[in-house]
Amino acid sequence: MNISKYLKVYKKFLHTSLASELEYKTNILVDLITAILSLIGSIFLLSIFFQNNGYIGGWKFEQALIIQAIYTILNGITNTWFNPNLTEIVKHIREGTLDFVLLKPIDSQFFISLKKLNPSGFLEIILGFFLLFFCIRINQINLNLSFLTLSLITISCSICILYSLWFFISTTTIWFVKTWNATEVLRSFLYIGRFPLNSFSFSLRIFFSIFIPIAFITTIPSEVFLGLSQSWKILLEVIVASVFFITSRKFWLFALKFYSSASS
Amino acid sequence: MVQNIIDVRNLSKSFDISSKEPGIKGTIKHFFRRKTKNLKVIKDISFEIKEGEIVGFLGANGAGKTTILKMLCGLIYPSEGSISVSGYLPFRRKENFLKNITLIMGQKQQLIWDLPPIESFYLNASIYDLDKLEAKKRIKKLSDMLELDEEIFIPVRKLSLGQRMKSELLAALIHEPNILFLDEPTLGLDINAQRNLRKFLQKYNKETNATICLTSHYMKDITSLCKRVICVHEGSISYDGKLDLLLKKLSPVKDILIVCRSEEDAIKLEKYGFTVKNKIKNEITIKIENNSITSSLKTILNNFDIEDLFINEPPIDEIIGKVLIKKDYDI
Repeated sequence: MNISKYLKVYKKFLHTSLASELEYKTNILVDLITAILSLIGSIFLLSIFFQNNGYIGGWKFEQALIIQAIYTILNGITNTWFNPNLTEIVKHIREGTLDFVLLKPIDSQFFISLKKLNPSGFLEIILGFFLLFFCIRINQINLNLSFLTLSLITISCSICILYSLWFFISTTTIWFVKTWNATEVLRSFLYIGRFPLNSFSFSLRIFFSIFIPIAFITTIPSEVFLGLSQSWKILLEVIVASVFFITSRKFWLFALKFYSSASS
Repeated sequence: MVQNIIDVRNLSKSFDISSKEPGIKGTIKHFFRRKTKNLKVIKDISFEIKEGEIVGFLGANGAGKTTILKMLCGLIYPSEGSISVSGYLPFRRKENFLKNITLIMGQKQQLIWDLPPIESFYLNASIYDLDKLEAKKRIKKLSDMLELDEEIFIPVRKLSLGQRMKSELLAALIHEPNILFLDEPTLGLDINAQRNLRKFLQKYNKETNATICLTSHYMKDITSLCKRVICVHEGSISYDGKLDLLLKKLSPVKDILIVCRSEEDAIKLEKYGFTVKNKIKNEITIKIENNSITSSLKTILNNFDIEDLFINEPPIDEIIGKVLIKKDYDI
Protein backbone atom coordinates (compact mmCIF):
# COMPACT_ATOMS: atom_id res chain seq x y z
CA MET A 1 0.00 0.00 0.00
CA ASN A 2 1.34 3.39 -1.03
CA ILE A 3 0.87 5.42 2.17
CA SER A 4 1.78 8.78 0.63
CA LYS A 5 -0.84 8.28 -2.10
CA TYR A 6 -3.47 7.42 0.51
CA LEU A 7 -2.56 10.50 2.55
CA LYS A 8 -2.81 12.63 -0.58
CA VAL A 9 -6.21 11.17 -1.40
CA TYR A 10 -7.42 11.66 2.17
CA LYS A 11 -6.33 15.30 2.02
CA LYS A 12 -8.50 15.64 -1.10
CA PHE A 13 -11.41 13.89 0.67
CA LEU A 14 -11.12 16.40 3.52
CA HIS A 15 -10.99 19.29 1.14
CA THR A 16 -13.95 18.22 -1.03
CA SER A 17 -16.21 17.22 1.84
CA LEU A 18 -15.51 20.43 3.78
CA ALA A 19 -16.16 22.44 0.62
CA SER A 20 -19.41 20.51 0.00
CA GLU A 21 -20.66 21.03 3.54
CA LEU A 22 -19.72 24.72 3.58
CA GLU A 23 -22.03 25.22 0.59
CA TYR A 24 -24.91 24.95 3.10
CA LYS A 25 -24.12 27.36 5.94
CA THR A 26 -27.49 27.14 7.73
CA ASN A 27 -27.28 23.35 7.87
CA ILE A 28 -23.94 23.58 9.66
CA LEU A 29 -25.33 26.11 12.14
CA VAL A 30 -28.35 23.89 12.90
CA ASP A 31 -26.03 20.89 13.40
CA LEU A 32 -23.84 22.87 15.80
CA ILE A 33 -26.83 23.98 17.90
CA THR A 34 -28.15 20.38 17.93
CA ALA A 35 -24.79 19.09 19.21
CA ILE A 36 -24.73 21.60 22.11
CA LEU A 37 -28.36 20.95 23.06
CA SER A 38 -27.86 17.20 22.84
CA LEU A 39 -24.91 17.32 25.26
CA ILE A 40 -26.81 19.52 27.74
CA GLY A 41 -29.80 17.12 27.51
CA SER A 42 -27.60 14.07 28.13
CA ILE A 43 -25.93 15.57 31.21
CA PHE A 44 -29.33 16.64 32.54
CA LEU A 45 -30.68 13.10 32.06
CA LEU A 46 -27.66 11.62 33.78
CA SER A 47 -28.05 14.01 36.73
CA ILE A 48 -31.70 12.93 37.15
CA PHE A 49 -30.58 9.30 37.50
CA PHE A 50 -28.15 10.28 40.23
CA GLN A 51 -30.51 12.70 42.04
CA ASN A 52 -31.96 10.28 44.59
CA ASN A 53 -29.07 7.92 44.81
CA GLY A 54 -25.48 9.17 44.81
CA TYR A 55 -24.25 5.96 43.13
CA ILE A 56 -25.30 3.85 40.13
CA GLY A 57 -23.59 0.50 39.74
CA GLY A 58 -20.90 1.70 42.13
CA TRP A 59 -20.18 4.87 40.08
CA LYS A 60 -20.51 8.43 41.39
CA PHE A 61 -22.04 11.16 39.19
CA GLU A 62 -18.60 12.76 38.64
CA GLN A 63 -17.22 9.40 37.53
CA ALA A 64 -20.19 8.65 35.29
CA LEU A 65 -19.59 12.00 33.61
CA ILE A 66 -16.36 10.49 32.19
CA ILE A 67 -18.45 7.90 30.39
CA GLN A 68 -20.64 10.71 29.09
CA ALA A 69 -17.51 12.57 27.88
CA ILE A 70 -16.16 9.51 26.07
CA TYR A 71 -19.60 8.82 24.63
CA THR A 72 -19.76 12.43 23.38
CA ILE A 73 -16.33 12.10 21.73
CA LEU A 74 -17.34 8.81 20.09
CA ASN A 75 -20.68 10.21 19.02
CA GLY A 76 -18.81 13.15 17.51
CA ILE A 77 -16.58 10.75 15.60
CA THR A 78 -19.69 8.84 14.52
CA ASN A 79 -21.30 12.03 13.25
CA THR A 80 -18.12 13.30 11.61
CA TRP A 81 -17.05 10.14 9.77
CA PHE A 82 -19.23 7.07 10.25
CA ASN A 83 -22.64 8.56 9.68
CA PRO A 84 -21.93 10.42 6.41
CA ASN A 85 -19.92 7.53 4.96
CA LEU A 86 -21.31 4.26 6.26
CA THR A 87 -24.97 5.15 5.74
CA GLU A 88 -23.98 6.07 2.21
CA ILE A 89 -22.93 2.44 1.51
CA VAL A 90 -26.61 1.49 1.38
CA LYS A 91 -27.19 4.22 -1.21
CA HIS A 92 -24.10 3.17 -3.20
CA ILE A 93 -25.36 -0.40 -3.41
CA ARG A 94 -29.02 0.41 -4.10
CA GLU A 95 -28.21 2.89 -6.84
CA GLY A 96 -25.20 1.06 -8.24
CA THR A 97 -22.76 3.93 -7.75
CA LEU A 98 -20.48 1.50 -5.91
CA ASP A 99 -19.39 0.61 -9.46
CA PHE A 100 -17.35 3.82 -9.62
CA VAL A 101 -15.69 3.06 -6.27
CA LEU A 102 -14.78 -0.49 -7.22
CA LEU A 103 -13.22 0.61 -10.49
CA LYS A 104 -10.81 3.04 -8.85
CA PRO A 105 -7.25 1.89 -8.14
CA ILE A 106 -7.69 2.46 -4.44
CA ASP A 107 -8.88 0.33 -1.55
CA SER A 108 -12.68 0.36 -1.73
CA GLN A 109 -13.12 0.12 2.06
CA PHE A 110 -10.85 3.14 2.54
CA PHE A 111 -12.77 5.06 -0.11
CA ILE A 112 -16.29 4.41 1.16
CA SER A 113 -15.35 4.77 4.83
CA LEU A 114 -13.55 8.09 4.61
CA LYS A 115 -14.71 9.96 1.53
CA LYS A 116 -17.12 12.24 3.34
CA LEU A 117 -16.85 14.27 6.49
CA ASN A 118 -19.42 16.21 8.47
CA PRO A 119 -17.60 19.18 10.08
CA SER A 120 -20.38 19.83 12.58
CA GLY A 121 -19.41 16.56 14.32
CA PHE A 122 -16.12 18.25 15.24
CA LEU A 123 -17.90 20.44 17.76
CA GLU A 124 -19.19 17.35 19.55
CA ILE A 125 -15.65 15.97 19.69
CA ILE A 126 -14.36 19.27 21.10
CA LEU A 127 -17.23 19.41 23.63
CA GLY A 128 -16.47 15.82 24.60
CA PHE A 129 -12.82 16.68 25.23
CA PHE A 130 -13.80 19.74 27.27
CA LEU A 131 -16.05 17.56 29.41
CA LEU A 132 -13.28 14.98 29.71
CA PHE A 133 -10.75 17.59 30.92
CA PHE A 134 -13.36 18.90 33.36
CA CYS A 135 -13.84 15.31 34.65
CA ILE A 136 -10.08 14.88 34.99
CA ARG A 137 -10.03 17.96 37.21
CA ILE A 138 -13.01 17.13 39.40
CA ASN A 139 -11.95 13.51 39.79
CA GLN A 140 -8.36 14.64 40.50
CA ILE A 141 -6.90 12.30 37.92
CA ASN A 142 -3.12 12.30 37.67
CA LEU A 143 -2.06 12.78 34.04
CA ASN A 144 1.03 10.68 33.39
CA LEU A 145 2.47 8.95 30.33
CA SER A 146 1.13 5.46 31.04
CA PHE A 147 -2.32 6.91 31.72
CA LEU A 148 -2.27 8.85 28.45
CA THR A 149 -1.03 5.81 26.48
CA LEU A 150 -3.66 3.52 27.95
CA SER A 151 -6.47 5.99 27.38
CA LEU A 152 -5.33 6.51 23.80
CA ILE A 153 -5.21 2.74 23.20
CA THR A 154 -8.63 2.10 24.72
CA ILE A 155 -10.33 5.02 22.96
CA SER A 156 -8.78 3.94 19.62
CA CYS A 157 -10.05 0.42 20.22
CA SER A 158 -13.51 1.79 20.99
CA ILE A 159 -13.53 3.71 17.70
CA CYS A 160 -12.36 0.58 15.92
CA ILE A 161 -15.10 -1.63 17.44
CA LEU A 162 -17.78 0.92 16.68
CA TYR A 163 -16.59 1.36 13.10
CA SER A 164 -16.30 -2.39 12.48
CA LEU A 165 -19.79 -3.10 13.83
CA TRP A 166 -21.31 -0.39 11.70
CA PHE A 167 -19.35 -1.36 8.62
CA PHE A 168 -20.27 -5.01 9.08
CA ILE A 169 -23.99 -4.17 9.19
CA SER A 170 -23.70 -1.85 6.17
CA THR A 171 -21.91 -4.57 4.20
CA THR A 172 -24.91 -6.88 4.54
CA THR A 173 -26.68 -4.44 2.20
CA ILE A 174 -25.03 -6.33 -0.65
CA TRP A 175 -27.48 -9.17 0.07
CA PHE A 176 -30.37 -7.45 1.82
CA VAL A 177 -30.21 -4.12 -0.08
CA LYS A 178 -31.89 -2.10 2.69
CA THR A 179 -30.40 -2.23 6.20
CA TRP A 180 -31.02 1.27 7.51
CA ASN A 181 -33.04 -0.16 10.41
CA ALA A 182 -30.14 -2.30 11.55
CA THR A 183 -27.77 0.68 11.74
CA GLU A 184 -30.46 2.62 13.62
CA VAL A 185 -30.69 -0.25 16.15
CA LEU A 186 -26.90 -0.06 16.53
CA ARG A 187 -27.13 3.68 17.19
CA SER A 188 -29.80 3.17 19.83
CA PHE A 189 -27.64 0.51 21.51
CA LEU A 190 -24.89 3.10 21.56
CA TYR A 191 -27.01 5.33 23.79
CA ILE A 192 -26.69 2.59 26.39
CA GLY A 193 -22.96 3.25 26.35
CA ARG A 194 -23.63 6.48 28.30
CA PHE A 195 -24.22 4.47 31.45
CA PRO A 196 -21.71 2.36 33.41
CA LEU A 197 -21.88 -1.32 32.55
CA ASN A 198 -22.31 -2.21 36.24
CA SER A 199 -25.62 -0.36 36.31
CA PHE A 200 -27.21 -3.15 34.23
CA SER A 201 -28.34 -6.60 35.32
CA PHE A 202 -25.95 -9.53 34.92
CA SER A 203 -27.65 -10.90 31.79
CA LEU A 204 -27.62 -7.47 30.11
CA ARG A 205 -23.96 -7.04 31.05
CA ILE A 206 -23.17 -10.31 29.30
CA PHE A 207 -25.23 -9.24 26.27
CA PHE A 208 -23.53 -5.86 26.00
CA SER A 209 -20.09 -7.39 26.47
CA ILE A 210 -20.29 -10.37 24.14
CA PHE A 211 -22.97 -9.89 21.51
CA ILE A 212 -22.90 -6.15 21.06
CA PRO A 213 -19.73 -5.01 22.81
CA ILE A 214 -21.00 -1.59 23.78
CA ALA A 215 -19.41 -2.12 27.19
CA PHE A 216 -15.98 -2.14 25.61
CA ILE A 217 -16.69 1.07 23.79
CA THR A 218 -17.20 3.42 26.77
CA THR A 219 -16.84 1.62 30.08
CA ILE A 220 -13.29 0.27 29.69
CA PRO A 221 -11.79 3.63 28.57
CA SER A 222 -13.61 5.28 31.49
CA GLU A 223 -12.16 2.77 33.90
CA VAL A 224 -8.71 3.71 32.61
CA PHE A 225 -9.43 7.33 33.48
CA LEU A 226 -10.48 6.41 36.97
CA GLY A 227 -7.54 4.08 37.57
CA LEU A 228 -9.97 1.17 37.97
CA SER A 229 -8.89 -0.70 34.88
CA GLN A 230 -7.39 -4.15 34.92
CA SER A 231 -4.75 -5.15 32.36
CA TRP A 232 -6.73 -8.18 31.19
CA LYS A 233 -9.69 -5.96 30.34
CA ILE A 234 -7.52 -3.62 28.26
CA LEU A 235 -5.90 -6.57 26.53
CA LEU A 236 -9.33 -8.05 25.88
CA GLU A 237 -10.48 -4.75 24.36
CA VAL A 238 -7.45 -4.72 22.04
CA ILE A 239 -8.19 -8.32 20.99
CA VAL A 240 -11.91 -7.62 20.48
CA ALA A 241 -11.11 -4.50 18.41
CA SER A 242 -8.59 -6.38 16.23
CA VAL A 243 -10.96 -9.31 15.69
CA PHE A 244 -13.83 -6.99 14.83
CA PHE A 245 -11.73 -4.95 12.41
CA ILE A 246 -10.21 -7.96 10.64
CA THR A 247 -13.62 -9.66 10.43
CA SER A 248 -15.28 -6.58 8.98
CA ARG A 249 -12.50 -6.30 6.39
CA LYS A 250 -12.69 -9.98 5.40
CA PHE A 251 -16.48 -9.80 5.32
CA TRP A 252 -16.38 -6.80 2.96
CA LEU A 253 -14.02 -8.56 0.55
CA PHE A 254 -16.18 -11.69 0.70
CA ALA A 255 -19.40 -9.72 0.15
CA LEU A 256 -18.01 -7.98 -2.92
CA LYS A 257 -18.00 -11.33 -4.71
CA PHE A 258 -21.80 -11.24 -4.47
CA TYR A 259 -22.16 -7.65 -5.62
CA SER A 260 -24.38 -7.69 -8.65
CA SER A 261 -24.49 -3.93 -9.32
CA ALA A 262 -27.79 -2.14 -9.87
CA SER A 263 -29.45 -2.54 -13.22
CA SER A 264 -29.24 0.39 -15.60
CA MET B 1 -0.80 -7.59 -36.59
CA VAL B 2 -3.22 -5.96 -34.15
CA GLN B 3 -3.44 -7.78 -30.83
CA ASN B 4 -6.64 -8.91 -29.15
CA ILE B 5 -7.13 -6.78 -26.08
CA ILE B 6 -10.33 -8.47 -24.92
CA ASP B 7 -10.83 -12.20 -25.08
CA VAL B 8 -14.06 -13.77 -23.88
CA ARG B 9 -14.58 -17.55 -23.92
CA ASN B 10 -17.82 -19.40 -23.10
CA LEU B 11 -18.92 -16.72 -20.68
CA SER B 12 -22.12 -17.23 -18.70
CA LYS B 13 -23.72 -15.38 -15.82
CA SER B 14 -26.64 -16.40 -13.66
CA PHE B 15 -28.54 -14.38 -11.08
CA ASP B 16 -31.03 -15.40 -8.42
CA ILE B 17 -34.07 -13.31 -9.16
CA SER B 18 -37.20 -13.15 -6.98
CA SER B 19 -40.67 -12.59 -8.40
CA LYS B 20 -43.77 -11.28 -6.66
CA GLU B 21 -47.47 -11.80 -7.38
CA PRO B 22 -49.60 -8.63 -7.47
CA GLY B 23 -51.81 -7.44 -4.62
CA ILE B 24 -51.58 -7.50 -0.84
CA LYS B 25 -51.75 -11.32 -0.71
CA GLY B 26 -48.82 -11.51 -3.09
CA THR B 27 -46.89 -8.96 -1.02
CA ILE B 28 -47.40 -10.92 2.23
CA LYS B 29 -46.48 -14.18 0.51
CA HIS B 30 -43.42 -12.48 -0.97
CA PHE B 31 -42.38 -11.19 2.46
CA PHE B 32 -42.56 -14.55 4.24
CA ARG B 33 -41.69 -16.93 1.45
CA ARG B 34 -39.72 -15.40 -1.32
CA LYS B 35 -39.77 -17.33 -4.56
CA THR B 36 -36.44 -17.06 -6.29
CA LYS B 37 -35.31 -18.63 -9.47
CA ASN B 38 -31.92 -18.87 -11.01
CA LEU B 39 -31.89 -16.96 -14.26
CA LYS B 40 -29.12 -17.35 -16.78
CA VAL B 41 -28.78 -13.84 -18.18
CA ILE B 42 -25.64 -14.47 -20.24
CA LYS B 43 -25.42 -17.77 -22.06
CA ASP B 44 -22.12 -19.17 -23.20
CA ILE B 45 -20.86 -16.24 -25.25
CA SER B 46 -17.44 -15.92 -26.88
CA PHE B 47 -15.83 -13.03 -28.75
CA GLU B 48 -12.64 -11.08 -28.99
CA ILE B 49 -11.93 -7.38 -29.50
CA LYS B 50 -8.79 -5.95 -31.05
CA GLU B 51 -6.82 -3.00 -29.72
CA GLY B 52 -8.19 0.28 -31.03
CA GLU B 53 -11.51 -1.20 -32.16
CA ILE B 54 -14.83 0.51 -31.42
CA VAL B 55 -17.47 -2.17 -30.87
CA GLY B 56 -21.16 -1.50 -30.35
CA PHE B 57 -23.24 -3.87 -28.24
CA LEU B 58 -26.79 -3.93 -29.53
CA GLY B 59 -29.76 -5.52 -27.87
CA ALA B 60 -33.22 -4.91 -26.47
CA ASN B 61 -33.66 -3.81 -22.84
CA GLY B 62 -32.64 -6.67 -20.56
CA ALA B 63 -30.80 -8.54 -23.33
CA GLY B 64 -27.61 -8.60 -21.24
CA LYS B 65 -25.45 -5.84 -22.81
CA THR B 66 -24.75 -4.01 -19.55
CA THR B 67 -24.06 -7.28 -17.72
CA ILE B 68 -21.44 -8.15 -20.35
CA LEU B 69 -19.87 -4.70 -19.98
CA LYS B 70 -19.84 -5.00 -16.19
CA MET B 71 -18.17 -8.40 -16.39
CA LEU B 72 -15.59 -7.00 -18.79
CA CYS B 73 -14.66 -4.22 -16.42
CA GLY B 74 -14.60 -6.52 -13.41
CA LEU B 75 -17.66 -5.37 -11.49
CA ILE B 76 -19.49 -8.68 -11.71
CA TYR B 77 -18.04 -12.14 -11.24
CA PRO B 78 -18.79 -14.46 -14.16
CA SER B 79 -20.59 -17.72 -13.31
CA GLU B 80 -18.78 -19.71 -16.00
CA GLY B 81 -16.20 -19.14 -18.71
CA SER B 82 -13.18 -16.92 -18.94
CA ILE B 83 -12.47 -13.24 -19.63
CA SER B 84 -9.16 -11.63 -20.32
CA VAL B 85 -8.94 -7.85 -20.64
CA SER B 86 -5.53 -6.42 -21.42
CA GLY B 87 -4.07 -9.67 -20.09
CA TYR B 88 -5.83 -9.39 -16.73
CA LEU B 89 -8.72 -11.28 -15.14
CA PRO B 90 -11.05 -8.30 -14.69
CA PHE B 91 -12.83 -9.46 -11.53
CA ARG B 92 -9.53 -9.48 -9.61
CA ARG B 93 -9.47 -5.70 -10.11
CA LYS B 94 -5.69 -5.38 -9.97
CA GLU B 95 -4.39 -1.82 -9.67
CA ASN B 96 -2.67 -1.83 -13.08
CA PHE B 97 -5.82 -3.18 -14.73
CA LEU B 98 -7.97 -0.47 -13.14
CA LYS B 99 -5.53 2.20 -14.31
CA ASN B 100 -6.08 0.97 -17.86
CA ILE B 101 -9.87 1.06 -18.01
CA THR B 102 -12.81 3.33 -17.39
CA LEU B 103 -16.56 2.92 -17.18
CA ILE B 104 -18.93 5.69 -18.14
CA MET B 105 -22.63 5.25 -17.48
CA GLY B 106 -25.11 7.68 -18.95
CA GLN B 107 -27.53 7.22 -16.08
CA LYS B 108 -25.12 7.33 -13.15
CA GLN B 109 -22.68 9.97 -12.10
CA GLN B 110 -19.50 10.14 -10.09
CA LEU B 111 -19.04 13.91 -9.92
CA ILE B 112 -19.51 15.56 -6.51
CA TRP B 113 -22.95 17.13 -6.78
CA ASP B 114 -22.38 20.28 -4.72
CA LEU B 115 -18.96 21.18 -6.06
CA PRO B 116 -17.62 22.30 -9.45
CA PRO B 117 -16.37 19.41 -11.66
CA ILE B 118 -12.79 20.64 -11.30
CA GLU B 119 -12.79 19.39 -7.68
CA SER B 120 -13.78 15.89 -8.81
CA PHE B 121 -11.09 15.99 -11.53
CA TYR B 122 -8.36 16.72 -8.97
CA LEU B 123 -9.77 14.10 -6.59
CA ASN B 124 -9.61 11.49 -9.35
CA ALA B 125 -6.13 12.69 -10.28
CA SER B 126 -4.94 12.00 -6.73
CA ILE B 127 -6.57 8.55 -6.80
CA TYR B 128 -4.71 7.78 -10.04
CA ASP B 129 -1.52 9.10 -8.46
CA LEU B 130 -1.05 12.01 -10.86
CA ASP B 131 0.86 15.04 -9.67
CA LYS B 132 -0.82 18.43 -9.77
CA LEU B 133 1.07 19.64 -12.84
CA GLU B 134 0.29 16.53 -14.88
CA ALA B 135 -3.35 16.64 -13.77
CA LYS B 136 -3.60 20.29 -14.81
CA LYS B 137 -2.12 19.47 -18.22
CA ARG B 138 -4.56 16.61 -18.79
CA ILE B 139 -7.56 18.63 -17.62
CA LYS B 140 -6.60 21.39 -20.06
CA LYS B 141 -6.14 18.95 -22.93
CA LEU B 142 -9.40 17.09 -22.31
CA SER B 143 -11.45 20.23 -21.69
CA ASP B 144 -10.19 21.60 -25.02
CA MET B 145 -11.19 18.37 -26.75
CA LEU B 146 -14.59 18.36 -25.03
CA GLU B 147 -15.07 22.09 -25.56
CA LEU B 148 -15.50 22.64 -21.82
CA ASP B 149 -14.63 26.07 -20.55
CA GLU B 150 -15.96 27.97 -17.54
CA GLU B 151 -18.40 25.12 -16.80
CA ILE B 152 -15.78 23.20 -14.87
CA PHE B 153 -15.82 25.93 -12.19
CA ILE B 154 -19.61 25.87 -11.72
CA PRO B 155 -21.23 23.47 -9.17
CA VAL B 156 -22.36 20.26 -10.88
CA ARG B 157 -25.95 20.69 -9.70
CA LYS B 158 -26.18 23.88 -11.79
CA LEU B 159 -24.88 22.36 -15.04
CA SER B 160 -27.02 21.17 -17.93
CA LEU B 161 -27.15 17.44 -18.64
CA GLY B 162 -24.86 17.87 -21.65
CA GLN B 163 -22.26 19.82 -19.66
CA ARG B 164 -22.49 17.28 -16.87
CA MET B 165 -21.93 14.39 -19.25
CA LYS B 166 -18.88 16.09 -20.76
CA SER B 167 -17.53 16.65 -17.26
CA GLU B 168 -18.25 13.01 -16.39
CA LEU B 169 -16.20 12.02 -19.43
CA LEU B 170 -13.34 14.22 -18.37
CA ALA B 171 -13.40 12.79 -14.84
CA ALA B 172 -13.43 9.28 -16.25
CA LEU B 173 -10.60 9.89 -18.73
CA ILE B 174 -8.16 11.88 -16.64
CA HIS B 175 -5.98 8.79 -16.18
CA GLU B 176 -5.87 8.26 -19.97
CA PRO B 177 -7.26 4.72 -20.00
CA ASN B 178 -6.80 2.61 -23.11
CA ILE B 179 -10.07 0.70 -22.75
CA LEU B 180 -13.35 2.58 -22.44
CA PHE B 181 -16.60 0.92 -21.45
CA LEU B 182 -19.50 3.21 -22.27
CA ASP B 183 -23.01 2.31 -21.17
CA GLU B 184 -25.50 4.53 -23.00
CA PRO B 185 -23.33 7.64 -22.77
CA THR B 186 -25.70 9.82 -24.80
CA LEU B 187 -28.81 8.97 -22.79
CA GLY B 188 -31.05 12.02 -22.44
CA LEU B 189 -28.73 14.37 -24.33
CA ASP B 190 -30.03 16.70 -27.04
CA ILE B 191 -29.01 16.15 -30.68
CA ASN B 192 -26.11 18.62 -30.60
CA ALA B 193 -24.74 17.27 -27.34
CA GLN B 194 -24.99 13.73 -28.74
CA ARG B 195 -23.10 14.76 -31.88
CA ASN B 196 -20.38 16.52 -29.87
CA LEU B 197 -19.92 13.50 -27.66
CA ARG B 198 -19.61 11.21 -30.68
CA LYS B 199 -17.11 13.59 -32.27
CA PHE B 200 -15.08 13.54 -29.07
CA LEU B 201 -15.07 9.74 -28.85
CA GLN B 202 -13.95 9.46 -32.48
CA LYS B 203 -11.15 11.92 -31.84
CA TYR B 204 -10.11 10.21 -28.62
CA ASN B 205 -10.02 6.84 -30.35
CA LYS B 206 -7.98 8.26 -33.23
CA GLU B 207 -5.49 10.07 -31.02
CA THR B 208 -4.95 7.41 -28.36
CA ASN B 209 -5.89 4.20 -30.20
CA ALA B 210 -8.12 3.38 -27.22
CA THR B 211 -10.48 0.43 -27.47
CA ILE B 212 -14.11 1.39 -26.98
CA CYS B 213 -16.99 -0.91 -26.02
CA LEU B 214 -20.26 0.90 -26.32
CA THR B 215 -23.92 0.19 -25.66
CA SER B 216 -26.54 2.62 -26.88
CA HIS B 217 -30.15 2.70 -27.91
CA TYR B 218 -29.43 5.65 -30.21
CA MET B 219 -28.61 4.12 -33.58
CA LYS B 220 -26.75 7.23 -34.63
CA ASP B 221 -24.17 6.49 -31.89
CA ILE B 222 -23.66 3.02 -33.28
CA THR B 223 -23.58 3.94 -36.98
CA SER B 224 -21.23 6.86 -36.60
CA LEU B 225 -18.82 5.22 -34.16
CA CYS B 226 -18.82 1.46 -34.65
CA LYS B 227 -17.66 -0.52 -37.65
CA ARG B 228 -18.36 -3.71 -35.75
CA VAL B 229 -21.42 -4.64 -33.71
CA ILE B 230 -22.22 -7.49 -31.37
CA CYS B 231 -25.95 -8.13 -31.16
CA VAL B 232 -27.15 -9.65 -27.91
CA HIS B 233 -30.46 -11.46 -27.79
CA GLU B 234 -31.66 -12.93 -24.48
CA GLY B 235 -28.10 -13.37 -23.24
CA SER B 236 -26.71 -14.95 -26.42
CA ILE B 237 -24.86 -13.37 -29.30
CA SER B 238 -27.12 -13.29 -32.35
CA TYR B 239 -24.65 -11.46 -34.59
CA ASP B 240 -21.02 -10.45 -34.35
CA GLY B 241 -19.52 -8.70 -37.35
CA LYS B 242 -19.39 -5.64 -39.54
CA LEU B 243 -22.29 -3.24 -39.20
CA ASP B 244 -22.56 -2.44 -42.93
CA LEU B 245 -22.73 -6.15 -43.76
CA LEU B 246 -25.57 -6.56 -41.31
CA LEU B 247 -27.41 -3.59 -42.76
CA LYS B 248 -27.00 -4.90 -46.31
CA LYS B 249 -28.25 -8.30 -45.29
CA LEU B 250 -31.24 -6.95 -43.43
CA SER B 251 -32.12 -4.35 -45.97
CA PRO B 252 -31.39 -5.80 -49.44
CA VAL B 253 -33.56 -3.26 -51.31
CA LYS B 254 -33.69 0.52 -51.52
CA ASP B 255 -36.68 2.73 -52.26
CA ILE B 256 -36.17 5.05 -55.28
CA LEU B 257 -38.55 7.95 -55.66
CA ILE B 258 -38.69 9.11 -59.29
CA VAL B 259 -40.36 12.35 -60.30
CA CYS B 260 -41.25 12.08 -64.03
CA ARG B 261 -41.86 15.06 -66.33
CA SER B 262 -45.36 13.79 -67.11
CA GLU B 263 -47.86 11.34 -65.72
CA GLU B 264 -47.60 9.30 -68.98
CA ASP B 265 -43.93 8.68 -68.25
CA ALA B 266 -44.85 7.50 -64.77
CA ILE B 267 -47.40 5.07 -66.23
CA LYS B 268 -44.80 3.82 -68.75
CA LEU B 269 -42.29 3.31 -65.91
CA GLU B 270 -44.92 1.47 -63.88
CA LYS B 271 -45.36 -1.01 -66.71
CA TYR B 272 -41.63 -1.47 -67.32
CA GLY B 273 -41.20 -4.31 -64.87
CA PHE B 274 -39.92 -2.66 -61.68
CA THR B 275 -41.50 -3.47 -58.30
CA VAL B 276 -43.69 -0.45 -57.66
CA LYS B 277 -44.28 0.52 -54.08
CA ASN B 278 -46.32 3.62 -54.62
CA LYS B 279 -47.52 5.96 -57.40
CA ILE B 280 -49.08 9.41 -57.10
CA LYS B 281 -49.56 11.30 -60.39
CA ASN B 282 -46.08 11.79 -61.89
CA GLU B 283 -44.25 10.51 -58.78
CA ILE B 284 -43.48 6.84 -58.53
CA THR B 285 -41.61 4.89 -55.84
CA ILE B 286 -39.94 1.65 -56.91
CA LYS B 287 -37.95 -0.95 -54.99
CA ILE B 288 -34.53 -1.93 -56.38
CA GLU B 289 -32.15 -4.53 -55.03
CA ASN B 290 -28.87 -3.12 -53.70
CA ASN B 291 -26.74 -5.10 -56.19
CA SER B 292 -28.62 -3.82 -59.26
CA ILE B 293 -29.03 -0.17 -58.37
CA THR B 294 -26.44 1.15 -60.85
CA SER B 295 -27.75 -0.79 -63.87
CA SER B 296 -31.39 -0.06 -63.01
CA LEU B 297 -30.76 3.66 -62.65
CA LYS B 298 -28.90 3.69 -65.98
CA THR B 299 -31.93 2.07 -67.67
CA ILE B 300 -34.34 4.57 -66.10
CA LEU B 301 -32.24 7.62 -67.02
CA ASN B 302 -31.74 6.42 -70.59
CA ASN B 303 -35.37 5.49 -71.29
CA PHE B 304 -37.48 7.99 -69.35
CA ASP B 305 -37.79 11.73 -69.06
CA ILE B 306 -36.91 12.24 -65.40
CA GLU B 307 -37.27 15.53 -63.52
CA ASP B 308 -35.81 14.39 -60.18
CA LEU B 309 -34.74 11.23 -58.36
CA PHE B 310 -34.26 10.32 -54.68
CA ILE B 311 -32.66 7.20 -53.20
CA ASN B 312 -34.13 6.47 -49.78
CA GLU B 313 -32.33 4.29 -47.26
CA PRO B 314 -34.75 2.46 -44.94
CA PRO B 315 -34.55 3.90 -41.39
CA ILE B 316 -31.71 2.25 -39.50
CA ASP B 317 -33.77 1.97 -36.30
CA GLU B 318 -36.25 -0.16 -38.23
CA ILE B 319 -33.50 -2.46 -39.51
CA ILE B 320 -31.77 -2.82 -36.18
CA GLY B 321 -35.15 -3.36 -34.55
CA LYS B 322 -35.35 -6.58 -36.56
CA VAL B 323 -32.03 -7.75 -35.10
CA LEU B 324 -33.14 -7.17 -31.56
CA ILE B 325 -36.01 -9.61 -31.81
CA LYS B 326 -34.25 -12.34 -33.78
CA LYS B 327 -32.10 -15.06 -32.28
CA ASP B 328 -29.62 -15.75 -35.06
CA TYR B 329 -28.09 -13.94 -38.00
CA ASP B 330 -25.84 -15.79 -40.36
CA ILE B 331 -24.18 -13.32 -42.67
